[in-house]
Amino acid sequence: MVNETSPIMIPASERRAVIPTNLLTGIVLAVVGFLGGRLLGDIQGLNDDMNTGVILGYVLGTIGFLVGLGFANYPLYRLFGLPVSPRPESDKRNGISRYLSLSLDHKVIGLQYLVTMLVALFFGGVGAMFVRTNLLNPSSPIVTPDKYLTLVGMHSVMMIFVASAAIVGPFGNFLVPLMIGTNRMAFPRLEALSFWLVPPAIVILMAAPLRGGFATGWTGYAPLAIQNTQGFDSYIVGFTLIGLALCVSGINMLTTIICLRAPGMTWTRLPIFVWGVFSASILGCFAAPVLAAALMMQAMDRTLNTTFFVSSNGGSPYLWENLFWFFGHPEVYIFILPAFGVVMEMLPHFARKPLWGYRTAVVGLLGVTLLSWFVWQHHLFVSGIAPILRPFYMLSTEMISIPTGIVFLVAFGTLWRARMRLTVPMLFCLGFLINFLVGGLSGVFLSDVPTDVTLHGSYFSMAHFHYTIVGGEIFAIAGAIYYWFPKMTGRMINQTLGKVHFWWMFVSFNLAFMPLFALGMLNMPRRVSTYNLDLQALNDWVTIWAYALFLSMLFFAAIVIRAWFFSNEKAPADPWEARSIEWQLPNPLPRRNFEKIPTFTGPPYPYGDGEKSGVDLGSLEPAPA
Amino acid sequence: MPASRRHSLILLSAWAVLSIVGVLVALNVPMPPGDASSQAAEGTSILRLETVLATPVMIGVLLYVIYTAFVFRARGASAEDGPPQRGDLRLQVAWVGATAVIVFALAGVGITSLANSANATDFTSQNQALGTSGVTPVGSTGGQQLQVQVIAQQWYFTYRYPGYGGAESSHLVLPVNANVVLHITSLDVIHSFWAYELGVKADANPGVDNVTYLATQHTGSFTVRCAELCGIWHGNMFDREGQILSQADFATWVGNLQAGEVQSKLPPYAPVYYPSPRVKGS
Repeated sequence: MVNETSPIMIPASERRAVIPTNLLTGIVLAVVGFLGGRLLGDIQGLNDDMNTGVILGYVLGTIGFLVGLGFANYPLYRLFGLPVSPRPESDKRNGISRYLSLSLDHKVIGLQYLVTMLVALFFGGVGAMFVRTNLLNPSSPIVTPDKYLTLVGMHSVMMIFVASAAIVGPFGNFLVPLMIGTNRMAFPRLEALSFWLVPPAIVILMAAPLRGGFATGWTGYAPLAIQNTQGFDSYIVGFTLIGLALCVSGINMLTTIICLRAPGMTWTRLPIFVWGVFSASILGCFAAPVLAAALMMQAMDRTLNTTFFVSSNGGSPYLWENLFWFFGHPEVYIFILPAFGVVMEMLPHFARKPLWGYRTAVVGLLGVTLLSWFVWQHHLFVSGIAPILRPFYMLSTEMISIPTGIVFLVAFGTLWRARMRLTVPMLFCLGFLINFLVGGLSGVFLSDVPTDVTLHGSYFSMAHFHYTIVGGEIFAIAGAIYYWFPKMTGRMINQTLGKVHFWWMFVSFNLAFMPLFALGMLNMPRRVSTYNLDLQALNDWVTIWAYALFLSMLFFAAIVIRAWFFSNEKAPADPWEARSIEWQLPNPLPRRNFEKIPTFTGPPYPYGDGEKSGVDLGSLEPAPA
Repeated sequence: MPASRRHSLILLSAWAVLSIVGVLVALNVPMPPGDASSQAAEGTSILRLETVLATPVMIGVLLYVIYTAFVFRARGASAEDGPPQRGDLRLQVAWVGATAVIVFALAGVGITSLANSANATDFTSQNQALGTSGVTPVGSTGGQQLQVQVIAQQWYFTYRYPGYGGAESSHLVLPVNANVVLHITSLDVIHSFWAYELGVKADANPGVDNVTYLATQHTGSFTVRCAELCGIWHGNMFDREGQILSQADFATWVGNLQAGEVQSKLPPYAPVYYPSPRVKGS
């Protein structure tokens, strides 16, 4: 069992010579790193408003945290020729401490990710509540405009963190190895790194208000960004860490899916969820480095007095806009492609039918992946870009409706003459289809230059992307939690409470966000702390339903926590009678997924044609060492 | 009649009826930004066209999801599977073809509209090469053009009329039935000039002369807002006192403006302005 692969034993005497690496050491080294960085920056004596010190502090603090967790052990041991353990100590332990330390088990990382993302979602949601509360009355705001804009920025960046990793992180890491029939990811250390970069990013972002906040929203446009004080350094470093996590996770997912598929798992048998993760990983792998590079340019403008984005000294604000959106538009497909995967994965199991048009669905996902590289200037239609470029970006943007439409076709084909079981995950799938349709159709309005002139930068565009991300991705995440929770935790979330949650969330989401389209059309720009008095009734309506939406999420948190920690009811191995491989494995999952690597014998989603399952778990093929 | 065909017929006829109702409603909803300028009028009509096209799609999907959820749901504790349909090539080709036709038609409408403005644009002129935000052929009419420079700064707009001795105003006032060329620029950060009723939005970038065209059609007042986050008072960067006056009233107004004393703190006139570098703290 575990001993088969256990490391070369390290004599106890040698082990004692090493400082123990764990979360506590990580935090201590993070503080040391931060203070050291501040000191280094101050020694330089640059006329940089202390930005160098703060940025160095955040960077060294993060490195200290990772070293303290134990990321440096393996390479350092190898460097000095010491005997190495391929598995960290924590992976031999049981219980909660395993989840609080560096683990290379993809199932542990999936759960670490899930909890972290839900906590971040809560922070982002609280930010949204502050924002909406402040908009209750345009003439007597509760906080000053600078604090209001900091709240807007914190809410947006935090939610971008959540949206970029909340499917691939928890569900991708947990499920992809199970679904393709392997015991681990291709690069378990990179997998762990892609998770452990996220908590420092969240902490650094949360530190922004302590240093003056930042009034730039999530777009961080220069030269406004240059005016901001050290609060903006949080944006730079936090966002860079998320970019690194996306890139590292992308490389890992791509390699795993390409190289570690079990025998018989051909490309046309790959579960559609894995295709969703695969296509998002292509984007993460190639788009995130652009963000990281652009953020380094921002950091250099702030510290080393370069002028990449300062037009008075030969730079250009357009450069930032283009670099940012060259990352930013693929980024929104990093959000939604795994959500497409989740929804199309769940539909067949509850429709009791195979996925209709599987290959077309894959073409749709890859089509979105390809097209998403050619649309970014639709964010810049009114920025003063060369007019000759606009027809192209208009066409390419509208063309994205074609592969996106395929997702709807596949969903519709699967629903036709189904034996639909309207479980909670299924309700979230149907809710996703309706919400995402509103988001997608409003996107067409924004892609057309003549109408974009009115709608750009207004509440209309804000409503558009909230419909795609909250109504789309967050609904898919909620559905995924209900669906995979029994496999991930061994517990079942109460279905009746789940249905209450669904209707509560669906109704309050739509009532809160639908009026935003009207507000945009009635001349309300985004990110304003005050607005026309005659729009107050509509804004108050939005705020009240936003509270209802927030409460529905708190209710969700309550029923998840209840099921996880306060319920003795163990979930059966396959509560949904689903026939995909992850449900054929026992509950709780063994630490080593497959004693024998499974063989896949048929197409995925074997419903209706008498096949029990397209996978042979009792294969005689021995597991590779 | 097979069940499958019966369901299709019910869905199709319900969709047709509801779509007609929906389109009739959509045609009667007032759409922004109105018809104060030819740009606004064109924006309004394309917005209406898109709403009319989106309505049947929206109704179709809603209807399909609700109908299938009711009709095709599993009854009782049946463990029965649905039919093992794995796709229908003809249907898939037809669907992709249909979405492609709609998309290209819509892009065609938008591109035609842009091409009209591109024809009107003299690309050899230095000012205009940077960006024309107008959507209709204002420049080609060959008539008299009113040049206005829109200078954005934290947190207000100032308007300079170079044709009237560089007179400055804190409100944008335009004559009716005039071809206007707006030169939009900024003194500090990126702003966005959004004259809502005029159907005009264009970013104000420091160091850039962003040109947009406008043909006024009716007298009346309009609101100017900043539509790009520009710092803490972004929400207060608006002016409701923009006006389109009759030609005679405009002549009087601009005469008064020229006669009045200029107490400008703005830099002297230039096509573009640059912020002083490295100013921190707003």
